[in-house]
Amino acid sequence: MSQKPREGKRSQVEYLDARSGEGTAGALEELHKQLLLLPPYRWLCSAIAGSGISPRGLLISTPYIWLLLFFLAPFLIVLKISFSEYAISQPPYTALFELVDDIYVQIKLNLENYQLLFEDDLYWRAYLNSVKIAGISTILTLMVGYPLAYGMTRAPQRWRLALLMLVILPFWTSFLIRVYAWIGILKKEGLLNLLLINLGIIDQPLTIMNTDTAVYIGIIYSYLPFMVLPLYASLEKMDDTLLEAAADLGSRPIKTFWQITFRLSLPGVIAGCFLVFIPALGEFVIPDLLGGSGTLMIGKTLWAEFFSNRDWPLSSAVAVVLLLILVIPIVAFQKLQEKDKAA
Amino acid sequence: MAGSGHEVRKKWDPWNDPQEKPHVQLLSVSKRFGDFTAVDNIALDIYKGEFFSLLGPSGCGKTTLLRMLAGFEQPSQGQILLEGSDMAGVPPYRRPVNMMFQSYALFPHMSVESNIAFGLKQDKAPKGEIAQRVEEVLDLVQLSSFAKRKPHQLSGGQRQRVALARALVKKPKMLLLDEPLGALDKKLREQTQFELMNIQEQLGITFVIVTHDQEEAMTVSTRIAVMDHGRIVQVATPTEIYEYPNSRYVAGFIGDVNIIEGRVSEVGESHLNIVSEQSGCGIRARHAVDAPVGATVWIALRPEKLVISVDAPADTTTNCMAGEVWDIGYLGNLSIYHIKLDSGIMVTTAQTNRTRDVERPITWEDRVYLTWTPDAGIVLGQ
Repeated sequence: MSQKPREGKRSQVEYLDARSGEGTAGALEELHKQLLLLPPYRWLCSAIAGSGISPRGLLISTPYIWLLLFFLAPFLIVLKISFSEYAISQPPYTALFELVDDIYVQIKLNLENYQLLFEDDLYWRAYLNSVKIAGISTILTLMVGYPLAYGMTRAPQRWRLALLMLVILPFWTSFLIRVYAWIGILKKEGLLNLLLINLGIIDQPLTIMNTDTAVYIGIIYSYLPFMVLPLYASLEKMDDTLLEAAADLGSRPIKTFWQITFRLSLPGVIAGCFLVFIPALGEFVIPDLLGGSGTLMIGKTLWAEFFSNRDWPLSSAVAVVLLLILVIPIVAFQKLQEKDKAA
Repeated sequence: MAGSGHEVRKKWDPWNDPQEKPHVQLLSVSKRFGDFTAVDNIALDIYKGEFFSLLGPSGCGKTTLLRMLAGFEQPSQGQILLEGSDMAGVPPYRRPVNMMFQSYALFPHMSVESNIAFGLKQDKAPKGEIAQRVEEVLDLVQLSSFAKRKPHQLSGGQRQRVALARALVKKPKMLLLDEPLGALDKKLREQTQFELMNIQEQLGITFVIVTHDQEEAMTVSTRIAVMDHGRIVQVATPTEIYEYPNSRYVAGFIGDVNIIEGRVSEVGESHLNIVSEQSGCGIRARHAVDAPVGATVWIALRPEKLVISVDAPADTTTNCMAGEVWDIGYLGNLSIYHIKLDSGIMVTTAQTNRTRDVERPITWEDRVYLTWTPDAGIVLGQ
């Protein structure tokens, strides 16, 4: 267009003409044409076109399809198994649906697994203990993560990216290896005890390994990035003039922190707590490697039922109840958010 | 516009009264950020009940000066006295001064009511008193029906008034306003200027306002400090600033002005005679600066003080520039003419359109004469 600035109208028509051949996909149009030569792609395209689903609808539905396929379907399978009975067979449980006399479909719902969960206090205690450990470590992670995230947002702009990288960096090493490394630090003749004894702070090595303390340390260490990142995101959005306004209106720095900074970072706090609490509740690796035989957690129980006892139905029931326990805080959280939006 | 608001206050001029004690005193205050000097050795007295403007282009240090008054910045040098006591080291939360922020800085998680009550709660005022004062100030800014709303549910103008209410509710000794009307559209801004003036008069609180809008400063202020590069160039009432600017910078910053260079040819008792090649005529002007014969001076002529005419006046040798109409801007109430003088420089003049029809309107390429009285020209030495 710039070549013929004087003939505004004509060049505009030319421009439209040139565009009309382009189609809507732009640069991907060529790729699309090439792929059309392949029969499966052609079939897929004509199927989509024939079904009346718009490309927009397809795009929007993708995450739902994903959830349906990889979340809801496996859950339904687990749910199904949890209502079956243990059997020495392949697979090791009875079928839920059975064809009787070639006409009737017999559904056999076995509630014994759930009954056992309620009756046997082993499971109850495992659930409660998991909630306790996950809850306490979530609070501890928040206490470690908040100053960290706050410090990062207060750091000079040019450092922030590097600091963020440092938070994410541990993910580049395998989770399992990092948890193993903690054994080397925490064990009786480990680095921590060695350091403390050499510094003269203690003379007898501390027993940290194979206790709940080790589990807390492991969870805090492993899930800290999940806490720091949402906190950082919400703290970075903070408008500093709000703090100045609070100070101007007579609020001391400490009060300003609670009334403004912390209050406005609450969405980040809640998101971070969920991101830590949920995986920590079902955590298996950390209590198994760092915790002792007395560390009762539902993840370990689940593992034992599944792999040691090979009781698939019972362990499925354990998993279903675990999921229900998680659903309660998630629903509460969503209700809270809706209320916040409505207000 | 400056006239009507100003005349009411004309008799009130504490800055001319040597007995009067200044409310705020800045004693050679400087602020440096590294190598950059934002505020350079400023001395200033502001009196109780003033509506004082800090006016200047962005980066002239006016906001830094305001932030020092609020306590967000400490002066690198000098002292700030509020009612005679040194403010050095007094943190913002202990100063009896409130600020209205340019971005309003309303707390997004609090309702209008709680935003306004925030300051009073910090002082642990009794509940009943808080409620009563919040109600009063909401009434003052006419937002009583919006008390329960959150800031994001308000329009820009309403937010501006919440910010004002929040800053006023603590009855500060001084209210600082940082470009308070910058985010509003023109109509609303003009209306709010008058509201601000009324509120200020009602409460008698000293207002210090930072603005880059000269019209706003002219409208609301008792006095204006024109700033440039961290220094104060002139402090005076709006009328003085406009009619008696002390420099070409001030003359050019406030309103439109034609600046003509010349040389002093004769120093009389009350008048100067100036020869100016640019104007193509001799200039007679009121004696204002100490300029010996031969010194270069500048004459500032406000467009509205030039009279345009197609007929040559009786005396074309003094205070009469001849040229050709180059451009005309018709604004309805005014017409702006750009005249190219014979010397080649462009001069602007504004004429009020007093009648609806003009017999022989001035049009493009007309030869015209611009005349003015000896009192109209301002002689500037710098």
